[in-house]
Amino acid sequence: MKKTTVTMLLTATLVLGLASLALADDTAIKVAGLKVFQWTVTAAGFGIALAAIGTGLAQGMAIRGAVEGTARNPEASGKITVTMIIGLALIESLCIYALVIALILIYAYPMATPIAKMLGLEV
Amino acid sequence: MEHPLLFLVLILDKIGLGEFAHHYPHVLYSWLVMIILILTGWLAAKKVELIPGKLQNVLEVIIDGIESFQVDMMGEEGRRYFPLIASIGLYIFTCNVMGLVPGLLSPTANINTTLSCALVTFCATHYVGVRVHGVKYVKHFMGPLLPLAPLMVPIEIISHLSRVLSLTLRLFGNIMGEDLVLAILMVLAGKFLAPLPMMFLAIFTSFVQAFIFSLLAMLYIGGALHEAH
Repeated sequence: MKKTTVTMLLTATLVLGLASLALADDTAIKVAGLKVFQWTVTAAGFGIALAAIGTGLAQGMAIRGAVEGTARNPEASGKITVTMIIGLALIESLCIYALVIALILIYAYPMATPIAKMLGLEV
Repeated sequence: MEHPLLFLVLILDKIGLGEFAHHYPHVLYSWLVMIILILTGWLAAKKVELIPGKLQNVLEVIIDGIESFQVDMMGEEGRRYFPLIASIGLYIFTCNVMGLVPGLLSPTANINTTLSCALVTFCATHYVGVRVHGVKYVKHFMGPLLPLAPLMVPIEIISHLSRVLSLTLRLFGNIMGEDLVLAILMVLAGKFLAPLPMMFLAIFTSFVQAFIFSLLAMLYIGGALHEAH
């Protein structure tokens, strides 16, 4: 899954970049705020990794079933292919939900402003 | 995500509508898709001949393919709803593919566009159900047995509402993720044409997503059309 790799890369750069920022000015509040952010980003990365594992397994099973069906009955290959593609898209949408959640966590986390206010950071 | 070069936005900037264009580029590009589709249809329907020309031939193949597939899926009475489903499918496909051309963007990479498509499908489903079955449409929500109805009604309502969510997020997430991957590859190694292989995959995904959306619309409307089991 290319999406997964990209999200993981983004996560790594964000975490690393912000960790060095945290070392630069070590106010306790800012560190606490960063910790929240760090955990959010980690959750996003791990969430999509888990989703990709499940999706990969499920798609593998689906394709195996379709290939076996085609091997046994080559005349039905057209119908099997259509059904398989529909099923694959439905399975893939699960991974896409995880991607959307990860993107929400990273770019548009709804609790970011309340948490920042609670910690006393300027938004 | 801010696209570097959007030519429609630049044009509107010149004539003084820049503020609207910068806030709602996906609306602009969805108008562009509509113009493209309407113009193609108008050009093809202007002179319909018995021996079709090139454009008419291509469009006949596409429309005929969609229609026969729909009749396969929904039965003969589903032919009525062909215009709705075919236009949703063609619109989404054009939107998806448009994001691959530099200077254009996919309107479907914005969640509002996909949500509006999903809401149209949802409303059409229930409109069809009420129009075909009248009051008896309630039976669709009550499950197989009457004593089970209090249990089934909330489940059915939630499942109908989650259809909107899943239709919206599937299309949005796919196209958005595709655009993100293309943008990141462009930034990383745009000089070496790194996004190119991804673009071939993206054409396939665009088609599959449009196909899935219209197929699910067919299944939902078909489910409302048929008798409750």
